[in-house]
Amino acid sequence: MKSLLAVCAAALLGGGAAQAQKINAAGATFPAPIYQKWFGEYHKTHPGVEINYQPVGSGAGIKQLTDGTVDFGASDMPMTDKQLADIKVKPLHFPTVLGAVVLTYNVPGVMGDLKLAPDVIADIYLGKISKWNDGRIAKDNPGVKLPGEDIVVVRRTDASGTTFVFTDYLSKVSPEWKSKVGASTSVSWPGQTLSGPQNAGVAGLVKQTPDSIGYVELAYAITNKMPYATVKNAAGAWVRPALESVTAAAAGAAKNMPADFRVSITDAAGKIAYPISTFTWMLIPSHIPDAAKAKAIKGFLQWMLTDGQKEVEALTYAPLPKEVAAKEMKQIAMVQ
Amino acid sequence: MRLRWRKFVSALMLSASGLCALIAVSALFVILAFLVYNGSKSLDWNFFTQLPKATGEVGGGMANAIVGSLQIVGMASAMGIPIGFIAGVYLSEFDDKHFASLVRYTADLLNGIPSIIVGILAWTLVVVPMKHFSAFAGSVALAVMLIPIVTRQTEQFLREVPMALREGSLALGASRWKMIATVVVPAGSKGVLTGIILGVARIAGESAPLLFTALNNQFWGGMNEPTASLPVMIYYRAISPFEDWHRQAWAAGLVLIALVLIANIAARMVLARGVSVPRG
Amino acid sequence: MATAAAQARAVKKAPQTGDAIARLLALIFAAIVLLLVVLVVFELWQGSAASREKFGWGFLTSSVWNPVTEEFGALPFLYGTVITSLVALLISIPLGVGAAIFLSELAPAGLSNALTFMVELLAAFPSVIYGLLAFLSLVPLMRSRVEPFLKHTLGFLPFFQGPAFGVGYLTASLVLAIMTFPFIISVSRESLLAVPREQREAALALGATKWETTWDVVVPYAKLGIYGSIFLGLARALGETMAVTMVIGNSPAVHASLLAPGYSIASVIANEFAEASTKLRAAALVELGLVLFCLTIIINGIARLLIVATTSKGSKR
Repeated sequence: MKSLLAVCAAALLGGGAAQAQKINAAGATFPAPIYQKWFGEYHKTHPGVEINYQPVGSGAGIKQLTDGTVDFGASDMPMTDKQLADIKVKPLHFPTVLGAVVLTYNVPGVMGDLKLAPDVIADIYLGKISKWNDGRIAKDNPGVKLPGEDIVVVRRTDASGTTFVFTDYLSKVSPEWKSKVGASTSVSWPGQTLSGPQNAGVAGLVKQTPDSIGYVELAYAITNKMPYATVKNAAGAWVRPALESVTAAAAGAAKNMPADFRVSITDAAGKIAYPISTFTWMLIPSHIPDAAKAKAIKGFLQWMLTDGQKEVEALTYAPLPKEVAAKEMKQIAMVQ
Repeated sequence: MRLRWRKFVSALMLSASGLCALIAVSALFVILAFLVYNGSKSLDWNFFTQLPKATGEVGGGMANAIVGSLQIVGMASAMGIPIGFIAGVYLSEFDDKHFASLVRYTADLLNGIPSIIVGILAWTLVVVPMKHFSAFAGSVALAVMLIPIVTRQTEQFLREVPMALREGSLALGASRWKMIATVVVPAGSKGVLTGIILGVARIAGESAPLLFTALNNQFWGGMNEPTASLPVMIYYRAISPFEDWHRQAWAAGLVLIALVLIANIAARMVLARGVSVPRG
Repeated sequence: MATAAAQARAVKKAPQTGDAIARLLALIFAAIVLLLVVLVVFELWQGSAASREKFGWGFLTSSVWNPVTEEFGALPFLYGTVITSLVALLISIPLGVGAAIFLSELAPAGLSNALTFMVELLAAFPSVIYGLLAFLSLVPLMRSRVEPFLKHTLGFLPFFQGPAFGVGYLTASLVLAIMTFPFIISVSRESLLAVPREQREAALALGATKWETTWDVVVPYAKLGIYGSIFLGLARALGETMAVTMVIGNSPAVHASLLAPGYSIASVIANEFAEASTKLRAAALVELGLVLFCLTIIINGIARLLIVATTSKGSKR
């Protein structure tokens, strides 16, 4: 009986060893649609490389990178100085795409796009605006029949880069938000909120729950045919989250990109800039002991910055500005 | 008159208890009905043969999750069954007063530990030192859950083997371990097998301990890799907003329930066919 | 050429070493079970050290869960875990005991066995399947029909106020009720069946109705086993993870209304453990695990005592 077990164990263990270079990554759900598409495409054209990406949230991605349980991470929030201090092998930040955090909602009777001003959004999430037909929402949306129901506020359960981008924006437009709550991947949310794990979880809850509002990446709202709000930007213009407005938000940063690529582009200046836009980063360790893995990852990065960028628009992400991509190409050499 | 009232109350309350039983049993059928209705709409050949597609894309299947579950549960069984079985033999045959009571108590404790805590244990013991998620870590977690089930079932069914059989074997000159191996174990084998089948079916459906041990994988996993599994896939698919993913969650749920039902019915049949020896 | 005595001695010796090895082997494997529990306790204790040192006993009464300021408290999760389990029992005890009474006193043996088998099948269903059904089928039903109805009729009570989200304490309790009543039915039925026939016959002979016999004679006789089954169900409900996580709403605060979203210990661990990047947060989660572990040990312990007391009582009489 014992020898049979030994054979079984060997067969099971042996089954795991394969020819392909297997790489494990985990992190943000924000870019998950495009990342998983990329990794699938890349595997088709380069069958020797298999990158398994698990969308577990930016916070989990950073933690797993710090613990060393994944080969690289992904996050919509650039790592803080403290997080960088805690990690043994310093990671390099590689921006991959530009995306938009949109306010998606499920208001029975409202088919079109609602206009939500920055202070309105902050006060909804602070719990100060509690009904859909509140005067401040109605003011910006004349002609729209808003129900008198309570607003069901949905947010992320898990430590999320999307949450960071959203709260970073709210901190910039609402001093009360900044002092009361702050910006981070996980915050203490005021009032009574529902929460779901990952972008998909928030979208799922908003989709099922009438009178709800939630913040998700644009791709999730579009794929699920959910409406999303038009937001007023820093220049005072009402902007729809879209390719052009997201790219415009990155224009300033593209010119003044810091060397480590850590930058926030929320509430960007610019007439057509969408105020809740963000880069999202892959966190690649600066030193990868396994030479074959390092080679595979570097190969992927090069593909991502050239061919990969061509595929992003189909999924409603915006490609990286050319200057940024060029700078990143140089950073690839820093991965040893 | 008082008697009429009492008889009325009696009939009423007993009917109420019948109603309770009806509700309880219909819960089973309602749940199965939902699963069969929603799941069978979504089960197709692709489900069993294709890998999952990227977030948001329609199509794909759960071939890797099915194989992954088989790998993880298989390895967990390979580790957990022998340990549980021999521990059960110890409790039944070598019952040393205090130590055996202690082991019995801790087996029950282990059985009652919430599955998420077993997940924490496996994460600390396997994932962190190995520096990556793996099907093996998931197997360790599931094995920890399987061991107490097999231990208690083995002990229970071996105890039921009549003393007469043991004494007869010893009288014929067999050594203790030979007696156990050739007489007691075969006699109690049906019950023990039942316990093992039910235990394996139970761990096959566990999702929580795999969340941060085996994680998940879009591609084929392996003992040394993060691996997809049916229960974890069901979880992530169900809470998403994508209709196509809901479809897949139902299909996977149906497959999982079918496995659980088959195992439970098979176990019952094994047991019902009568024990190998007449009960003394 | 060995003498008969020497041969006899040789035969006697050989099985003994084989036995000694077998015993040792079995002992070692049994000790593994012990070792595993020790490991669990050790890991929970060690892993929660940072949190225990910082918050002390106040951890159990604080309802703050703030990852930014790094203040953590267990109260919302304890509250959620306990309240959902208690409401679940409120539903499943009458249902379970009632069904057990039917199955042991009224149903003919064949039917009783068949129905019990079906009910026990429910206990074998994985948690994530209950979660799947609850999230996709029960939650919309709760939100659109059941909760508004409760608000309409019982809305004057603080338990049924607030918006009807669909997810929340009540839905989680319902799911837990379905998951616990198989245990109550199964064990209670066994306890009721173990009551000697003489007891029933004596009561009937004295002129009691069937119900009076059942309720006033049989059930009290079996009450220890019934209580044991309740504690068994409670222990299961406290530790349930997946089904609860999917429908409780994941809100780390204490809410009076059952319609409100809440959180349970197992759920917060499942959601946040993989991403607890600071030592203190990870320790707080492990400490929550320790609290849950202690709770389940106590409840399981009580259940065992009650059930063992029944079986010994039954055999004595």
